Amino acid sequence: MTSLLEVSGLVKRFGGLMATDHVSFAVEPGEVHAIIGPNGAGKTTLISQLSGELQPDEGSMVFEGSDISRLSVPARSLAGLGRSYQISQIFREFTALENVMLAVQAHAGRGFSFIQAVAREPAITAPAFEALRQVGLADRATALAASMAHGEHRQLELAMTLAGNPRLLLLDEPMAGMSQKESEEMIALIRTLKGRYAIILVEHDMDAVFALADRISVLVYGRIIVTGTPTEIRQNRMVREAYLGEEESP
Amino acid sequence: MVDLRSARFWIPCVVLLALALLPVYAAAVGQSFYVTLFSRILIYALAGVALNFVLGFGGLVSFGHALYMGLGAYAVGILSSHGITNGWLHLLAALTAGGLFATLIGAVVVRTGGMTFIMITLAFAQMGYFLAVSLKQYGGDDGLTIEARSTLGALDLGNNTVLYYAILCCLVGALWLFNRILGARFGFALKGIKSNERRMLALGFPTFRYKLTAYVISAMVCALAGFFLANFTKFASPSYMQWSVSGELIVIVVLGGMLTLFGPVIGAIVLLLLEELLQAWKPVIYPPIEDLISKHWQLVIGIFVILVVLYAKRGIYGFMVGDRRQ
Repeated sequence: MTSLLEVSGLVKRFGGLMATDHVSFAVEPGEVHAIIGPNGAGKTTLISQLSGELQPDEGSMVFEGSDISRLSVPARSLAGLGRSYQISQIFREFTALENVMLAVQAHAGRGFSFIQAVAREPAITAPAFEALRQVGLADRATALAASMAHGEHRQLELAMTLAGNPRLLLLDEPMAGMSQKESEEMIALIRTLKGRYAIILVEHDMDAVFALADRISVLVYGRIIVTGTPTEIRQNRMVREAYLGEEESP
Repeated sequence: MVDLRSARFWIPCVVLLALALLPVYAAAVGQSFYVTLFSRILIYALAGVALNFVLGFGGLVSFGHALYMGLGAYAVGILSSHGITNGWLHLLAALTAGGLFATLIGAVVVRTGGMTFIMITLAFAQMGYFLAVSLKQYGGDDGLTIEARSTLGALDLGNNTVLYYAILCCLVGALWLFNRILGARFGFALKGIKSNERRMLALGFPTFRYKLTAYVISAMVCALAGFFLANFTKFASPSYMQWSVSGELIVIVVLGGMLTLFGPVIGAIVLLLLEELLQAWKPVIYPPIEDLISKHWQLVIGIFVILVVLYAKRGIYGFMVGDRRQ
């Protein structure tokens, strides 16, 4: 089986700091690959290099057989990498439906259409509505994004990412700032996406990671110290020392 | 769907209808002066609407749009000075010059944002200003007198009323066009870029191309306003490109309401009428103070603009129609 995404030897330096230190891993089709690590381990830096917002200093990223390391952010999105953000990046002045319509439009082509009213284009509105339904926001379609609750922003963020029909989802802390109940709903939601999309899940919430991930990579000081199944990671001594040891309480 | 009872439908309709009837009224009361006054207002309204397309909806605060008005005016002036009076050629030259300069300048400025964008657009406009001053064969800093207005087929622009209606038609056309663009995919993306450009990139929009295109469209409509300005004054002057004109356009946009398409029309009417009124003020009630007002009319306008910005953040038109959306 060929990997969907093959990352090898990725290096990113900020001055003297090795934020990403020769990171290599692969994501298989349909797999949920979680990346965990203590604060400051370089998780968001890694995601940003995958989405193209940061340029790595060394290394390569091969997605569906082609090298994407030189592609711009929009080009990677069009190639099938959909990113959601740790801090919701939404269009606050737009309604929920309009937020998702923009995501659909990005991938629909013909962006330089000047006359036809986009609100009356079923090719844009129908998939947007469908994406809202998938994340459970169908009845909030006409709500102004700025007026929605934090948990709903996270759902909207996911709907926008899904609307681009990505093959690989980069989810940067989708549970960030959520209540216990909201997190559980989000876990259930992401579980429904399992198998249909390959997912890279960066998350602090260990319950979520162990509930969802097929494989886990542990990032410490910019290096992946181990990759394995949830059971392997739980039993790994290095991981317990470096990371899980800190929150051994339960 | 257009709601026929909503203020954002009937206010523009009433205002445009009044503008269409203005020459009739002027003829009835024998004040042809109204037609020339409002021709100037409509030219500024056209430029204001064009500027607002990138400023209000694209978030690109251009402090150099006077450059494109100046380019349009010089296209008429320079061609006329060589004996070419064909208005279609003037229009073609104005739009081409505006589009070409906007593409080159836009390719640089649109990559920046915020304060840098404001300053760099100002710098380019000032370069245009000094370029015009240095054109000794075309009048240098004295400007360039235009013998006769452009000949546009059957349209006799030499007639003030015909010129007025030509400008009004172009203004209505521009409003229609921008309204369609803002409702279509392109305008939708433009508004998205203003709201959150980072997210637009992540969604897959090559935002640079969108911003540049919007900038060029806006500049070309400003060049059209410049074409009319040169015809109206029969003059092309470097002062058309001065930074104060760019500033006046921004004031028109902000005063009228930059989150609305029609706002700049109201802004131009209010600002230019106020200027006219205060300068020509005849003391009646208490002369000492009223003399002071007409002498320092700019101060009065300044205070007025400050009050509007402080108490009606969405501008006069935005305040009248009430709601937040376009």
